[in-house]
Amino acid sequence: MSDALQTSGSLRRRLTLQLVGSAAFLAMLLFFVVLAFARDVAQQTHDSILLASATSIMDSVSVQADEVTVDIPYAALSMLGNVSDDRVFYRIAMRGQVLTGYQDLPSTSQSVRSGHSAFDTLVYKGDSIRMVTSSRRLSLNGAPADIIISVAQTREGQATQLAQLARSALQLGLGFFLVATVLAFWTAQSSIRPLKQLTEAMSRRGPKDLRPVRRPVPSEMVPLVQSLNQFIARLRVSLSRSEDFIAEAAHRVRTPLATVRAQAEITLLRVDKPENRASLREMIRAIDESSRAAGQLLDHAMVTFRTDSLEREAIDLGDLTRELVDRLHPIAELKDIALTFDGSPLPEISGDQILIQNAVRNILDNAIKYSPYESAIQVSTRQVSHTVLIQVEDEAGGFADMDTDALTQRFIRGKNAAGTIGSGLGLTIAREVVEAHGGALIIETSGSGAGACVSLSFPLA
Amino acid sequence: MRFLLVEDNISLATAVLDRLRMDGHVVDHAANIAAAEDYSATTDYDLILLDIMLPDGDGRAFLRSHRSRLIETPVIVLTARSEVSDRVGMLDLGADDYITKPFDFSELEARCRAVLRRHGGDSSNQKRFGNLVFDPMAGTLSVAGKTITLRNKELRLLEIFLNAPDRIFSKPKLVDRLFSYDEDVSENAIEVYVGRLRKHLNGSGVEITTVRGMGYRMSLT
Repeated sequence: MSDALQTSGSLRRRLTLQLVGSAAFLAMLLFFVVLAFARDVAQQTHDSILLASATSIMDSVSVQADEVTVDIPYAALSMLGNVSDDRVFYRIAMRGQVLTGYQDLPSTSQSVRSGHSAFDTLVYKGDSIRMVTSSRRLSLNGAPADIIISVAQTREGQATQLAQLARSALQLGLGFFLVATVLAFWTAQSSIRPLKQLTEAMSRRGPKDLRPVRRPVPSEMVPLVQSLNQFIARLRVSLSRSEDFIAEAAHRVRTPLATVRAQAEITLLRVDKPENRASLREMIRAIDESSRAAGQLLDHAMVTFRTDSLEREAIDLGDLTRELVDRLHPIAELKDIALTFDGSPLPEISGDQILIQNAVRNILDNAIKYSPYESAIQVSTRQVSHTVLIQVEDEAGGFADMDTDALTQRFIRGKNAAGTIGSGLGLTIAREVVEAHGGALIIETSGSGAGACVSLSFPLA
Repeated sequence: MRFLLVEDNISLATAVLDRLRMDGHVVDHAANIAAAEDYSATTDYDLILLDIMLPDGDGRAFLRSHRSRLIETPVIVLTARSEVSDRVGMLDLGADDYITKPFDFSELEARCRAVLRRHGGDSSNQKRFGNLVFDPMAGTLSVAGKTITLRNKELRLLEIFLNAPDRIFSKPKLVDRLFSYDEDVSENAIEVYVGRLRKHLNGSGVEITTVRGMGYRMSLT
């Protein structure tokens, strides 16, 4: 059944992929956010040190006798050295003239008002630098003069630090991704579990177990399970209908036939005229023929119906055969046939008891029907390596040169069947049953050559 | 033998009754479960023949109550339902055997005999005639103290003769009684069985004589 079904992807895979995809996206986002934040923090730290340096230089600016004096404190530049080994540049300018420091240090593009500062990221001598520019208005010779102090530092140390931070952020992102992935698999697994459990519960059921599903299921699965239950209910009704129908059909056909047959038989015992007797005999034969045909057709329908879904149980084929032989003793006795059974204890096989009974019964019926008066039928059961064998040997003349395949075809009867009532379905039924159990039916000439030997072999589980 | 037949189909019942009475049995007929309960409560039967589908219920219900009252009388179920599905239940419910409709009377007789034999039929059913004692249940014949086991056909033939001593049975009638209708049996077969029976009856004071153009008759010598 499953091999004919096409799959349209897997729920679990889809769920896992989506969860893992989201986790990857979130991990990347986390990485960039952490990186940006770290860069920001590093920049701010750097800026505040630069500003502190510029401010301490500014503090050392003094005007004495209309002369501007700058005494750059050692700490102003050494505090920058604490941050990293990056090179430090400075420039002190007033009224567009550089008082001290690096002449070619680029100027800020921003206008800096007195008492304020501005930060720039610039390129100086091929290196990226961060520069703070502070301004202060002095009064020189009674005129205002803006003193502008720039302090800059290359950013190699900061770049190294940022690379380290980026590595950490990457590790954090990866760790998050791994944990999220594991959780995604677990989530997918656990959300698919109720579905799996339902599947297992359904496939564990025997072929005749048509009870509705009662186990609690997640609310999303309720519509599915409801439809499944409705389907099971419909199946149960239709199955019981076919079984009832077969039983009812048998009843309807056989009851009137039984009446007619009994009446005909009684009448036959009362009439003397040979013509009447002959026609009554014909009538009884016709009734027997039709009732047997009807019976076997219905049996065949039932067998076909049941072989589709074998109701297996442990069966002792020895007991089963012995019981059938016991039951057929009275019939065999009518023809003074010695019906004997010989069986040693057997291991149980797994099979459908009703079907196997029917198969063996058909073989025994045949043997009795075709056997001559005062002959013998030997029934035996035994184990042969991994099979259990039921053998029925008669002295009924055998099946001449017809082979098993030909004899077990529907409505085909053996060459010596003329003059005996039969439908030609008995061997077909037996073969179908045996083959449904993985066994084989073999028809041979019996050891003595006086008749046939029919073997039903069933494999041990 | 005393039989109770529980069967609602009147024409089938009549035929079965006729046939059983022909063999010298006493038979009561109940057409439903209620009547069957009445009969079985008041009379001891040797055997009950029980149809399964009855107007006032399922024959299985009768079978169950019958068994629950610990009545030993064996029951043979007459069923028209499919053998595949029904057979197991019947024997589980305590039926001694079952037979599928339509049935051959000789099969019904054979099954009755087998069931009665299993239940250990008592010796009150022995038939005495002249010097011979015949036990149909055991299938034995004692002639002047010597016991012989008879084959089925010999036994049936002897039973037919013993049920109606001095009556003439034609060969065709005997064929009807002895053989099933689905086999072609020549009347010569009857001669063979009569011949065998005559040998067994030697010295019993009973003989089977040929009535020319009529048939056979058993009588005391």
